[in-house]
Amino acid sequence: MTGKAVLVVQSGDMDKLYSALIIGNGALAMGMEVSMYFTFWGLERLKKGGLEKGPLSKMHFLGLGKWMVKNRMKKANVASLEKLMDDYKELGGKIIACDMTMEIMGIKREDLREDWIDECGAVGTYVYEAKDADISLFI
Amino acid sequence: MAEIEIDVRGQTCPVPLVECRKALRKAAEGDEVIIVGTHAASKKEIPMACESMGLEVLGIEDKDTEWKIRIKR
Repeated sequence: MTGKAVLVVQSGDMDKLYSALIIGNGALAMGMEVSMYFTFWGLERLKKGGLEKGPLSKMHFLGLGKWMVKNRMKKANVASLEKLMDDYKELGGKIIACDMTMEIMGIKREDLREDWIDECGAVGTYVYEAKDADISLFI
Repeated sequence: MAEIEIDVRGQTCPVPLVECRKALRKAAEGDEVIIVGTHAASKKEIPMACESMGLEVLGIEDKDTEWKIRIKR
């Protein structure tokens, strides 16, 4: 492994999840170690069946915009979030679920895709890993 | 020593990079990974990934819009 990337996934928007998972996968493909911290609306997407549920951050238009973007993505042969997540896990990417978010949003560990989650953590875990990381992003 | 061929023709970012990495992880030392694709940016980025992992690129071939990269594990 050469280097480390840590990403905070605070947004649950579909487009931002794409950004996060593509960067995560890209960093793993470059031989880096990667951790992603899911908090707030990002954590909602780790619920069972929740990955593809997020709106577009812009031009959502009650779902019409998202439908159009998804169609364009299909034509361009863009991988689904589900596949990107499977690849991320297969390449050894780590996922940390935010403890506090689970508490304030009433999310139980069993509501989440536990097979994806490596650990539950708080801010200290993020800071500890980010302090010697080469890439640290807030998405 | 085995040759592992992967076909990512028609696939877009980040699939070529990811599939390449998956194949390299599965390959044994000394194996050759051959990846065929059409995604233009990946032709540049797969060698970049190899460089950052200290792997040797044995060759890059071009044919029309298609490229083929050979990597030594």
